[in-house]
Amino acid sequence: MPTKTVFTAEIQYLSILNEHGKFDAKLGKDVIPDKDLLVLYEHMVRCRYLDEVAFKLQRSGRMGTYPQNMGQEATSLGAAYALNKDDWLVPCYRENCGLFYRGLPMEYILLHWMGDERGNAIPRELYCTPLAIPIGTQMLHATGLAWASKYRGEKRIACTFFGDGATSEGDFHEAANFAANLDIPVIFFCQNNFWAISVPGKIQCSAPTVAQRGLAYGMDCFQCDGNDIFAVVKTVRDAAKYARAKSRPVFIEAVTYRLGDHTTADDARRYRDQAEVDMWKQRDPILRVRQLLKERKLWNDSKEAALKEKVEKEVHAAVERAEGIAAPSRNDFFDHMYAELPEDLRLQRDTMQTHSLGEVLEESGVRSQESGG
Amino acid sequence: MSEEMRRDARIYLLGEEVAQYNGAYKVSRGMLDEFGPRRVIDMPISESGFAGMAIGSAMMGLRPIVEFMSWSFSLVAADPILNNAPKMLYMSGGQFGCPIVFRGNDGAGGQLGSTHSWCVEGLYSNVPGLKIAIPSNPYDAKGLMKTAIRDDDPVFFLESERLLSIKGEVPEEEYTIPFGKAAIRREGTDCTIVSWGRPVHFAMEAAETLAKEGISCEVIDGRTIRPMDWTTIFASVRKTNACVVVDQSWSFASPGSEVAAQVSEHCFDDLDHPVLRVHSDDVPAPYAQNLEQEMLPNPRKIIAAVKKVTYRA
Repeated sequence: MPTKTVFTAEIQYLSILNEHGKFDAKLGKDVIPDKDLLVLYEHMVRCRYLDEVAFKLQRSGRMGTYPQNMGQEATSLGAAYALNKDDWLVPCYRENCGLFYRGLPMEYILLHWMGDERGNAIPRELYCTPLAIPIGTQMLHATGLAWASKYRGEKRIACTFFGDGATSEGDFHEAANFAANLDIPVIFFCQNNFWAISVPGKIQCSAPTVAQRGLAYGMDCFQCDGNDIFAVVKTVRDAAKYARAKSRPVFIEAVTYRLGDHTTADDARRYRDQAEVDMWKQRDPILRVRQLLKERKLWNDSKEAALKEKVEKEVHAAVERAEGIAAPSRNDFFDHMYAELPEDLRLQRDTMQTHSLGEVLEESGVRSQESGG
Repeated sequence: MSEEMRRDARIYLLGEEVAQYNGAYKVSRGMLDEFGPRRVIDMPISESGFAGMAIGSAMMGLRPIVEFMSWSFSLVAADPILNNAPKMLYMSGGQFGCPIVFRGNDGAGGQLGSTHSWCVEGLYSNVPGLKIAIPSNPYDAKGLMKTAIRDDDPVFFLESERLLSIKGEVPEEEYTIPFGKAAIRREGTDCTIVSWGRPVHFAMEAAETLAKEGISCEVIDGRTIRPMDWTTIFASVRKTNACVVVDQSWSFASPGSEVAAQVSEHCFDDLDHPVLRVHSDDVPAPYAQNLEQEMLPNPRKIIAAVKKVTYRA
């Protein structure tokens, strides 16, 4: 019996608006109407400015560690734009632009990185889960969310975001395995930015694409230029249509680059070549959209100046709102420990004693003081 | 579980071999037939994966019951069950609760070897945001399970392979047992023995023997570890003036040490002797049958401890 080929595969890479600003009119037809493109451009510019401000807030001690989104604005934004408003966005922590497009006020993100849990109390109607800082856990949650949608007979799908490094985590492999085996409509959206903090992509994945990791689990996989908003939108839109219709998972690898440090606690200059960064600056997702808008006579320098002024005002107002929220009190942190606070935790709260149960309320006088005052 | 699943369509069961095989220990017998593969779901060998997925579905409003074939296998799911589920409500500012029951066999099962004999209550009871129920008999298993399923927080439900075969009256009709409400299994006047789960049976056996020697023990079955019924425990110790805690986990930083600490703090003036604890010895669960019995809390150790605190040694 001669040998025969039992499996072959290829991964398609999609680019519509390339790094030189060249637009493929055929592929790009009806992907984003001009009026929407203007909105998306504004979102990217606003998000970029928030990054600048957040960086300064951190450096001046007004914010904790902050991960800049710079260079990756088009990925989550394109996905949020392509999905339905009530599809789940299941982020890690570099998806500001998509979350803002979905409707999350900027002060939530600011508040979160200023170290306040309330920044993660994302309104339910936005269908976004809290930022997931541990790497990869959210992929399983997304799979569960989409599974629950299917269970309930809804058409809602989930799209979860993660980096190239997260595909080395067991969580990714388990989530992918479940999603494929149980026919769960979830989009695994990998933002391959080539660096897992200081660890280069080569150490995470020796295959030529990250996308092909999804092939092993039997799901359709695509690669696109993650700095090309058109390519991202088209890829996610097609994936969402397929996932929704067939109740199947899809893996998307969006090739992008983190122009900034991993977070403000990092200094990427220690491990990256400046030449590499400079090359990616030429591929900035914002620059090429601006150029296209100008070519289409939809944009000019005075509009740019007006937009700059507008986003500056908005971002500073958001900072003011975030900083204006009073710090949480010690009592607050018991609020969301359980649906109903158990007696021993209630005693800890009321007696301010965490080392043990503390006194009973009557003995410590807490109860009578409270009722008296 | 079946009664609750008939009542509430949001509840589903997932785990390894829970469907076709009726559960590795036949706990889910007949459930696939009754509820179908949509609600009784076989999972790949991937504990972290299905625990994490259950969390996602609970955030969406479902009420999963996750079976770990053994709680020993939950160790590979530590991140979802300890780092996600009990913190999700807190970290989302109250937006996303995790009403999940994680259940399975806990403790030394009878020569399963040390990797399959974990008493996870020693590890997990340290974590706030979750609840731990540990029934000692069939009646409690039903009543506590119903409460666990209806609870809006993650509940770790610790069963025991050694107790799966014991028989007891279980009413057909509806009843629930609230969390944090201990049961006094035997009334007594000389010493309070506090325990939960399988070791309650060892405590009862010891109390029986001690009664013949004229030492009257009050045996308290905690039923839940988080929350713990301090009121019942303290009231009993104030009556007997002596306390022995029997806990199958290792002694260091265990729920048993917590009981000893709380009783010492709250009943200091009532105690005639410092609280003593009976735990598993600080070795991995032995494979050899005689050594396994020796390592666990057993009536011999309990009797010795009670005699010491009652000055009858």
